[in-house]
Amino acid sequence: SVDPQKTAFLLCKAWTLYSVTPLYGFRRGRLRQYARLLGAFIAAEKQKGLAVEVGVELDIKVALSSLADLRGSELDQAALLVQLSSRSQAPSRSSEDKLVWSGWFCSMFGGDLSENVPEDFTCLPLFLTHGAETYTSLVGSWFQKTFDCSFRRLAISPLNLSWMVAMWAGCKLDRAASAVELIFSVPRLSHPLDISYAIHPEDAKALWDTVQKTPGEITQEEVDIFMDCLYAHFHRHFKIHLSAAKLVKVSTAVASAHCDGIVKILHSQYLPGVLMLLTELAISQIQ
Amino acid sequence: HLAASLPLPSERDHLRPRIDLVVFMIDIKSKYSLKNVETSLAYVDARFFLGKVCFLVTGVGRVNACSIEMNAVCKLGETYCSPVLFCELELEGVRAATAQRLLQMLRICAGHIPGVSALSFVSLMRSSNDD
Repeated sequence: SVDPQKTAFLLCKAWTLYSVTPLYGFRRGRLRQYARLLGAFIAAEKQKGLAVEVGVELDIKVALSSLADLRGSELDQAALLVQLSSRSQAPSRSSEDKLVWSGWFCSMFGGDLSENVPEDFTCLPLFLTHGAETYTSLVGSWFQKTFDCSFRRLAISPLNLSWMVAMWAGCKLDRAASAVELIFSVPRLSHPLDISYAIHPEDAKALWDTVQKTPGEITQEEVDIFMDCLYAHFHRHFKIHLSAAKLVKVSTAVASAHCDGIVKILHSQYLPGVLMLLTELAISQIQ
Repeated sequence: HLAASLPLPSERDHLRPRIDLVVFMIDIKSKYSLKNVETSLAYVDARFFLGKVCFLVTGVGRVNACSIEMNAVCKLGETYCSPVLFCELELEGVRAATAQRLLQMLRICAGHIPGVSALSFVSLMRSSNDD
């Protein structure tokens, strides 16, 4: 179980998702050295004029740390957090470092991947970033060069989004929950059209409870029935077949996810569950 | 002849030529298209399922836009003993190649190729299942 204090910074932020191939030659004991090397790399790239933070000349400080709690089982590697902070050149010494970018590698029950990988490889298939894209590519390039890994944006298909909304809508929450929202984009129109379908969270949970047969287990069939009910209800009222449109975003009180691979986790209780699902998606994109 | 769903309107039955092959098109990006095909299958005479029906899954180039579970489609092919073809209509080369395949299947179904009948498709499918 995860300490909610330590993981509070992960919640309520929009994380951009990537899948990462295993890192070669990564040593958990060398984090400080890596931080120095990454800092030097970023400074060098800035000299070359590649990092384009116009305006203030920022000094970037890098911190690497392990999040020992953030893992599923003993087979998982502990999560690795990378934080970039800036110290403005203002004369006042009391000015604190400002966090400008954070990214973390994690593996939540990703045992399938690490089992089949040779020694010397560290499996942390899921990479989540928050902050400017320029920093993401700098950090990514350094990791690629240093550990011979490769990053790929993790897209989430409508099929996987419907799994997420079914799972998350069924979660029990003590507080008043926000609406379950599905956003569809309609193809082949001259002007793009988005349809937003909001459902009262209690209605959504009640529907899922009638569909799910075994608590703790979810089948594709159950997800299909859940979605078909939502589509049928919408069609009855608006005569529109949502099943012909593209599901691009789902939003619940537990978490929200966008097909471009952007996720926001809102509830610490369900953090491991969400990460487990995302780890699975990352692994299937790698394989 | 192109139709959005089955059954075909009965008013034109007497004007319609013999149907040799029915191709059901499923768009991987549209769950609706799968549902539509599933309901339309009920209107096809059983005799067609002896090699004169095939499923064409389109949009397979965009795995990230997938709204349909592939197992469901393959199971459909197995249930109805009919081949499932995959293609990406937006790629001209694939589109042309798929059209050629369908045309060849049509020639066989219409009996234009001596020595080969539509029943060959059914037996081809069975042998791959037994593996």
